Amino acid sequence: MTTPSGLHVHELDVTYSTAPGTLPTVRRATLHVPRGRTVGLVGESGSGKSTLALALLRALPENGRISHGHVTLDDVDLTRLDPEALRAIWRNQVRLVPQDPLPAMNPAQRVGSQLAEALEPEDPRKADRAAIDAVLTNVGLPDPRRIKRAYPFELSGGQQQRVMIAMALLGAPSLLVMDEPTTNLDVTTEAAILDLIRDRVRSDDTAVLYVSHSLGVIASLCDDVHVLYAGEIVESAPVEAIYERPLHPYTAGLLAAVPRLDGRGARHPLRAIPGRIPEPGARPDGCSFAPRCPIATPQCHAEVPTLTERDDGRAVACHRADEIAAGTIDPLSQADADGERTPPRPVPLLEARYVSKTYARPSLRPFSRTSRPGVHALRDVSLDVPRDATLGLVGESGSGKSTFARVLVGLEPADDGTVSLEASPVPARLKDRPRALLERLQMVFQSSDEALPPHRTVHSILARPLTRLAGIPAHEVDGHVTRLLEAVNLPPDYATRQPRALSGGERQRVAIARAFASQPDLILFDESVSGLDVSVQASVLNLLDTLQRRHRTGYLFIGHDLAVVAHLADEIAVLYLGTLLERAPTARLLAPPYHPYTEALLAAVPRPDPHAKPVRPPLEGDLPSPSDVPPGCPFATRCPRPLGPTCDDEPPPLRANAAGDHQVRCHIPLDELEAMQSPLVDARDGSA
Amino acid sequence: MTPATATPPRARTGWRTLRSLFATPTSTVGVVIVGVFLLLAAIGPLVVPYQPNEQLLTARSQPPSLEHWFGTDRLGRDVFSRVVAGARDIFLLAGGGTALAVLLGTLTGLMAPTLGGWWDEITFRLYDTLLALPALLLALLILGTIGPSRSSVLFVIAIAYTPIVARVVRSVVLSVKTRDWVAAARLQGESLVWIVFREILPSVLPALAVESALRFSYAIFLVASLGFLGVGVQPPAPDWGLMVAEARNYVFTTPWTLAFPAAAISLLVIAVNLAADGLGRALQGETR
Repeated sequence: MTTPSGLHVHELDVTYSTAPGTLPTVRRATLHVPRGRTVGLVGESGSGKSTLALALLRALPENGRISHGHVTLDDVDLTRLDPEALRAIWRNQVRLVPQDPLPAMNPAQRVGSQLAEALEPEDPRKADRAAIDAVLTNVGLPDPRRIKRAYPFELSGGQQQRVMIAMALLGAPSLLVMDEPTTNLDVTTEAAILDLIRDRVRSDDTAVLYVSHSLGVIASLCDDVHVLYAGEIVESAPVEAIYERPLHPYTAGLLAAVPRLDGRGARHPLRAIPGRIPEPGARPDGCSFAPRCPIATPQCHAEVPTLTERDDGRAVACHRADEIAAGTIDPLSQADADGERTPPRPVPLLEARYVSKTYARPSLRPFSRTSRPGVHALRDVSLDVPRDATLGLVGESGSGKSTFARVLVGLEPADDGTVSLEASPVPARLKDRPRALLERLQMVFQSSDEALPPHRTVHSILARPLTRLAGIPAHEVDGHVTRLLEAVNLPPDYATRQPRALSGGERQRVAIARAFASQPDLILFDESVSGLDVSVQASVLNLLDTLQRRHRTGYLFIGHDLAVVAHLADEIAVLYLGTLLERAPTARLLAPPYHPYTEALLAAVPRPDPHAKPVRPPLEGDLPSPSDVPPGCPFATRCPRPLGPTCDDEPPPLRANAAGDHQVRCHIPLDELEAMQSPLVDARDGSA
Repeated sequence: MTPATATPPRARTGWRTLRSLFATPTSTVGVVIVGVFLLLAAIGPLVVPYQPNEQLLTARSQPPSLEHWFGTDRLGRDVFSRVVAGARDIFLLAGGGTALAVLLGTLTGLMAPTLGGWWDEITFRLYDTLLALPALLLALLILGTIGPSRSSVLFVIAIAYTPIVARVVRSVVLSVKTRDWVAAARLQGESLVWIVFREILPSVLPALAVESALRFSYAIFLVASLGFLGVGVQPPAPDWGLMVAEARNYVFTTPWTLAFPAAAISLLVIAVNLAADGLGRALQGETR
């Protein structure tokens, strides 16, 4: 190529100056994003991927600096531009779609004027309104007038991200950088956004750099992939090649950590990458990945491997790449494989019957006695939670799944319905529950930031339930704390740390240890792994599996990602707008007949395989407001298989199969559903 | 890793907070000035050359000199000695009143939103009523009723600032009490007292520390204002506000009797504000 266009990053070094010293965060990164192609940049948290993305836009925070290398965009060297010229580039040629759209928008300005400013930064009043409307329609916001009049907080998360993408597309940028734009979204919204990026963002002259921690998302979207580890690119290759045969052990590890759906109901252990990324400035000698690598040799610990281009056009930084390429060594060789387990016959431990919960909303007018319609969080949900087995509960945000968990443990009293533990009724309010009951029901929460009190040490956090609930005498507490930490694979000296000195995954492990402290019969996990990186998530899921087998504890595992839930669950229940839509053993749920909603959820799961580009029944629109649930079938407004007015007007019956272990709430009989659906989960999918 | 016993994390945290107080020049200046005033308040009466109310009839209305650093007033009292003696009063009255307000405000600010319902409603409606009156007006109202004295000044500061402290505490409590770790504590069957003081209070402390420092600076001002208006500390006590009031008629003949107490007020108020800024930054760094 004589005139290389698009983005070229050549041997880029980025350093941060901090109080302890200068931290080299990105080292000798070289990558190329040609116009019209989508290039993925993948790595765990702390790999430096966001730093690299910001550096190549020259948008680093004040203490960040490009200390070596060049970034050229269409032959203009961005690293040498003065601030004025750089602003012109920012204004006209590059766009960034951030992970979290809300802070990126001006909260006090209507969306329309922000879009106008993106199109005509000099004089927003001159912006071409028709062009803005066209872009909004193009990103799947069919009512541009309403969207433009709205303030950012009035839009749903999915709509906000669509607006950000619309903003990015305005003015036809030459470079578009997307920094995990779907990480915070529900899985169905994520699928829709990915569709949008795949179909409409790709144009002949935009170079797209897509940053993500999940190879699953990258696979369905990108042409080329660069894998970043500890600030260094360790592997670069076309996407098919990477999935076919990863050449770097880290890539192989990332790929094996993605939970997949398969016909066997999963439950084979995920391969987690042990350890964590070294801090910048504390990198080991030799290969940065060597301490975590299952096939590291003495040479790996001594010599830094260089990123070398191979004959097939791929580049990899690994001393043993030739052996891996030749197939003489398995890059995952020592990763654990605990073997299969036969799911025990679930015996109900906890039974919930017709549980309903409505949140009252006070009237907006003062002194008015009429209240606004309440939010129906749960409507007549009946579910059994098995002993020594896992019930998975799946739903989007707003489906009532968290409310259900909070009702079971007593944090929120239900309005109606009963909960009983081993046939004896459980008081609805927490303060009415005896300590012996608290001991048996524990919960692990979603956010690892909020899970632990920030001002206490891990020892004090774990000691409290041991003495209070489990009745451990004071002199034995230290030994029990150590044992709990070991059970969740944390070193005993973590007991003296405060939560802020732990990573997100480590905090979640401590939260799990706290839940196990009282030896409960049932633990509820409310989205407990969804905030974690995929490799950390894999190790936590494996840990949960091991702990369940050791302690024979029942789990209620709540999630929005069917692949993750199916990995752990023996049975799965699907919740939508507070209504139970389907319930079945995992293997049965993953095969037809599906409830049309389950079908859409399954189709939305991103697959770590570039060849799998399934036809998805599109799920139109957003979840209806829980204060205004459709009178008939709650799913009728978005259902891809509607029957007509019956669905809108009449609540559907809960149908069961002949064996009685599969229930579907739908107007369409099960055999008809089965006839019109094709399997969405390939049995071979999980064995790749 | 670092071998550590059970207590070090807390101790180290305190030390780091203290050190980061001196991280910026402005907060260093603030902390140093407050320190000097504190020192003067503590040992001042031992080192000053004259008794604060001692009248040197031979040296009345003297300008500042080596003998009388800040000069003397028209009754022949040494202004420097009086300013130093006033520092102790300011710290006792403003500091004591603030401490009382912080104590009451923290307790009610923690308990009312945790108990919720009518408790919260009644407490904070009462506080809103108090807040609707300007602090000075409220003080005049109370002092007019119970009569001026040092203990009534203390009482007035406590009444005026308790609602403000309680509001700050309440806003943090409201955001913290829905955190998952509080829910986890409830699932462990923890008592309300444990949850309030062990799970919620630590998160309130940074905001509380900054608010206390700010309240203190306002309290200094309030004490001086009340003295100036003649409803606070009564003559012949060496109160800064009172000194300014007494001197204001002689501003053209003995300006130093006005300038030095007025400067002391401003300097201390500014210094406390600078120190509060530094404290806020230091604690924010602590909790990310």
